[in-house]
Amino acid sequence: MTLKHFLNLEWKQYFRSSYWQKSMALNILLVFFALYFVVMFLALGVALYPLLKDQFPDQDPLIIVNSYLFYWIIADVLMRFFFQKLPVMSVKPLLTLPVKRSKVVNYVLGKSALSFFNFLPMFAIIPFGVMLLINDYPTVSVLVWILTLLCITLIINFLNFILESFSSETELSFLPVIVLAGGLFALNYFNIISFTDLVSSGINGIYNNPLLIGIPILVLIGLYIMNFKMLRQKLFLDSSLKSNVKEVNSSNLEWTRKFGDSAPFMQLDLRLIWRNKRPRSSVFILVIGLLYGLFFYPNPIYADKPFMYGFVGIFVTGIFLINFGQFVPAWDSGYYKMLMSQNIQYKQYLKSKFNLMAFSVVVMFVLSIPYVYFGWNILLAHLAAAIYNIGINTHVILWGGSFNRKKIDLNQRAAFNYQGTGAVQWLIGIPLMVVPLAIFGVVSWLANFEMACLALALIGVVGIVFHQKLMKTIVGKYLASKYKMIDAFSQDS
Amino acid sequence: MIATSNLSKTYGSKTVLNIEHLDIPKGQSFGLVGNNGAGKTTYFSLLLDLIKPTTGYVKNSNIKVNESEDWKPFTSAFIDESFLIGYLTPEEYFYFIGELRGQNKADVDTFLTQFEELFNGEILNQKKYLRDLSKGNQKKAGIVAALIGNPEVVILDEPFANLDPTTQIRLKGLIKDLAETKGVTVLVSSHDLMHVTEVCERIVVLEKGEVIKDITTSEATLKELEAHFSGSEVV
Repeated sequence: MTLKHFLNLEWKQYFRSSYWQKSMALNILLVFFALYFVVMFLALGVALYPLLKDQFPDQDPLIIVNSYLFYWIIADVLMRFFFQKLPVMSVKPLLTLPVKRSKVVNYVLGKSALSFFNFLPMFAIIPFGVMLLINDYPTVSVLVWILTLLCITLIINFLNFILESFSSETELSFLPVIVLAGGLFALNYFNIISFTDLVSSGINGIYNNPLLIGIPILVLIGLYIMNFKMLRQKLFLDSSLKSNVKEVNSSNLEWTRKFGDSAPFMQLDLRLIWRNKRPRSSVFILVIGLLYGLFFYPNPIYADKPFMYGFVGIFVTGIFLINFGQFVPAWDSGYYKMLMSQNIQYKQYLKSKFNLMAFSVVVMFVLSIPYVYFGWNILLAHLAAAIYNIGINTHVILWGGSFNRKKIDLNQRAAFNYQGTGAVQWLIGIPLMVVPLAIFGVVSWLANFEMACLALALIGVVGIVFHQKLMKTIVGKYLASKYKMIDAFSQDS
Repeated sequence: MIATSNLSKTYGSKTVLNIEHLDIPKGQSFGLVGNNGAGKTTYFSLLLDLIKPTTGYVKNSNIKVNESEDWKPFTSAFIDESFLIGYLTPEEYFYFIGELRGQNKADVDTFLTQFEELFNGEILNQKKYLRDLSKGNQKKAGIVAALIGNPEVVILDEPFANLDPTTQIRLKGLIKDLAETKGVTVLVSSHDLMHVTEVCERIVVLEKGEVIKDITTSEATLKELEAHFSGSEVV
């Protein structure tokens, strides 16, 4: 009875949210992604057995598959951590109604078991199991094997929630899960503890002795109970009422005075970044962006493809610009009305964002200087890219911001949170990344690498020279869409 | 000070506000009452150029608000919590607003001393972000911030809601004082008839977006308003 009501609420919440109604395109894209993965996994499940038999005729395909399960588990944990959201339900209105708390918790947890992430592996596992049966493997053992993997999937499912709530409480964002996964992987890779063998012998053991399936089932039940207890505790209002006893450290940021008119906004932006989860994570992303070059430069495949340097340069020096800039002015959506009725000019407001982004490009460039270890031309490419970022991309992204119609709730968790993301954010990526890459690629193909750097830098300089003019146009664009933005930002998604 | 002419706002086919003519002279304390959906917040939003009028205009000190931004330096408002910046402490917020209104830190500090009583020790030096304050304290901070920088026009939407009785009384004194001694034009909306009649020299009743009563406050006003809203009015 209650279940029916819950489902009804859920259905309405989903289809009546303005998010659903506004971003059909994004939803369609997601459905396509999902279908794509389903087909891929199905193909994998069907083709894996004959493929392995063909490649390794003297080994048992099942044993091979089992020996790779460890990597699957690690990958699954990571994928889920970033993409699977905790099942939420607005419980506040339910608390005063005659509904048992345990029922709400069970429902929320049960719902999570129906997540797409749990079904996806089944599309590969079940066909593979069928292939095993066709090839005369013992029926009971194969069924137990499938069941074991289902258990593991669910274990990861519930483990993920514990990880998520842990990392959201400690404010470390996605650091713990990266460390955990990386650590396990490293231990295994360097043969300190061979998790690959452990996992595979464990699964093989269950396969040979079906009674052992009790172990994963017990683990699963244990995790479920843990989750149940955790969630149940959160179901009391005082956890949301008493929180935030933390004292605030405020610094007066006097040094921003140097920026004149836009100083108050600079202070506001810096506090915005530092005191809110989501923008703060764009600072953590800086580190990732900085290390991004390490994927490319040491790799001999790219050694003779210098046009990639331009791309990496734009990315490394512009990572903060892209991450922060794409949500201007949505960062301020919570109090946009106030800003608009205040005694301010758009010019100062946007100027502050520009300063911040240009400043970040300079910092990133300086921090990326050590890449010179891999060759001087990298430094050259980075410098050109940095100039291009300051001259062109800052303006492009500010201009794109005037099409921004999505509110951002600053207190939401950060990584892979798509709130505030609309078609604009996808489209703006094209001029930001593709255009400089095209310029760089074409010039270096027509002339040479140095000329390509020069071209990129020159275009950037032109942008810097026309800064005032460009800002004027951008301000005009913002003024023109003022009412639309105010309206959009005052709606809850 | 504020002249409204032929102002209307329509969403689709529904007209939510239609004011042919409404003048508010300088230094008047002006009260807006009406049931939910009467158009009070819409009117204030139009005054602040937060929404676009369908027809007509509002002039603030002879400046059309939707054509020029020159009215902003002498106008301030507190409409709802979205006027607060949640991740700032109250002090930082006051300084920020002060900065926008050409007041330095010292100015703001001096200005704030007169509100010590109103703040009741719960706002300043609490080392808390605005988002962590209670609704009532948030409102106090917002209202006080709207008074920074000697604005000539102050717009407050539902200032009495969520406040405790002591603060309500203090706030009433504050608003009266602004209009009577400082010549500030104060626009207030409220559901509480008693408060508005006490504070405002003039009360306008909105119903379905139209002005249906325009009263200069007197002894009989409260009775009149109560009669009107209880529906027992003799026509």
